[in-house]
Amino acid sequence: MKKILTKNFEIPESHALKVARANGAYASLDKLFKMKPEDVTAEVKKSGLRGRGGAGFPTGTKWGFIPKNTDKPVYLVVNSDESEPGTFKDRAILEKDPHLLIEGIIIAAYAIGSKTVYVYFRGEYYRQWERFFKALREAEEAGLAGKDINIYTHRGAGAYICGEETALLNSIEGYRGLPRIRPPFPAVAGLFGCPTIVNNVETLASLPFIINEGAAAYAAIGTEKSKGTKLISVCGHVNKPGVYEIELGLPIAKFLAEYAGGTLEERALKAVIPGGSSVPVMTASEALKTCLSYEGCECAGTMLGSGGMIVIDESACVVRCLADIAKFYHHESCGQCTPCREGCGWIKKICDRIEAGSGRDGDPELLLSIADNMMGKTICVFADALAMPVRSFVTKFREDFEKHIRSGKCPSPL
Amino acid sequence: MGFIFTKERRLEAEDILKRYPAKRAALLPVLWLVQDQEGYVSDDAVKFVAEFLEITPADVWGVVTFYTMFGRKQIGRHHIQVCTNLCCRLKGADWLLEYLRKKLGVNAGETTPDGKFHLSTVECLGSCGTAPMMQIDNDYHENLNVEKVDRVLEDLK
Repeated sequence: MKKILTKNFEIPESHALKVARANGAYASLDKLFKMKPEDVTAEVKKSGLRGRGGAGFPTGTKWGFIPKNTDKPVYLVVNSDESEPGTFKDRAILEKDPHLLIEGIIIAAYAIGSKTVYVYFRGEYYRQWERFFKALREAEEAGLAGKDINIYTHRGAGAYICGEETALLNSIEGYRGLPRIRPPFPAVAGLFGCPTIVNNVETLASLPFIINEGAAAYAAIGTEKSKGTKLISVCGHVNKPGVYEIELGLPIAKFLAEYAGGTLEERALKAVIPGGSSVPVMTASEALKTCLSYEGCECAGTMLGSGGMIVIDESACVVRCLADIAKFYHHESCGQCTPCREGCGWIKKICDRIEAGSGRDGDPELLLSIADNMMGKTICVFADALAMPVRSFVTKFREDFEKHIRSGKCPSPL
Repeated sequence: MGFIFTKERRLEAEDILKRYPAKRAALLPVLWLVQDQEGYVSDDAVKFVAEFLEITPADVWGVVTFYTMFGRKQIGRHHIQVCTNLCCRLKGADWLLEYLRKKLGVNAGETTPDGKFHLSTVECLGSCGTAPMMQIDNDYHENLNVEKVDRVLEDLK
């Protein structure tokens, strides 16, 4: 298995410049600066790299949307807001190989013609920001970064919605993190109204390999529509939770057995959320037939998303799980769209009621109806991010919801 | 009395302005400086920041109230933030919160009478693989059990 993102993770002091350089950091820059920027974009397009934040949009294609002859400054914004429940993989890169990220930033900035980069950190990632900042200073002092570009860090202050790229831009500009209507898209009018590319940490960390080894080498890994490697952060009822790098296309069954160490105390698997709380949940039998790729998860009616895998075994109450998810989205809704603001709150109320033993006949249908009135009806996909869990939990675990309502209490031990 | 920056923070704030083409973009970094100095963002600080960035107090207030990490009043010296989101809850966030409530004698959202600890529940901190866990001030404390919690709290001044 080719290690692209985690190759330095086990090396002591891997975050220090000296150690990073001894292990290949910044080796791509010589080759990079001999290429034309548009050729770098073409190479990334050819590699098949897709955005690793959750949406999976082809990276090279996104870069190509920057207008060719703009006289406005072009901005690169790094999305290090990682706040999707179940997701803790960007954090691993920040802690164990910040120089890999910095190298990726330099590559992307060069390709799109950006001289100013803002790296947006979620406010809670203080130690990670600190480590990255030190690494950045080291790189600048060594003349590796900062010659032709200014890289600034910008700390958020606790708002999941700021991981949405246009809310992120508003947050940098000093506003409440409210997403923007599109069009215009950030590539045309983004930060301060200028052409902007927002890329996820893992996406950027994948770039040095593509420059060093070439697009074909990257495209040789993975599946037809999911090239390269992906970090999976697995948590929940598994013996070995953690961050693992996999070749895209790996079956979930194999991942659970060979990487995650199987379920705790060998309890039966009940449900798997493959890519963060925003994607549809799978039953155990669905999950065990699905592969970890964009198209594999889509075929199974869910999404690879951020790769934040949440494993739920038979000891858990799925009604409580949905209630937990609803509480999160209700808290984090920015509030500007009525279907989301009101829908999230209403869904939370109903889930809490069912969990407390006051569920009513017709509650499952009501939940599905609210989800329908949210899905696709808002400025951003936050509403969809709760609607999809609601639809999948209620449809696939209908029996559990009915049992709660009929018996007036939770039938599960946990 | 009013709020003004210390000399060092004033210099840092001026430096922050240079990073952006628009003054308003310095708002979040400047609010962090305020909170660093005072422990929270007071009404006086809101007025000060508004003048400093040439925006309205309502603009500043809107931002302070939107982001969960900016405080609006003084809290305990150490802010204990327990994640109660799905993944932590699957691994014991319920017992952790209950243990802290009993040990500190306060509910979430309250400060201990001696002013040492403030307890909060928060959303996902990106530490799902090492649950249950809590953030205290700038640090994460992960893979918690009773012994670890006791030790961590004891070590804090």
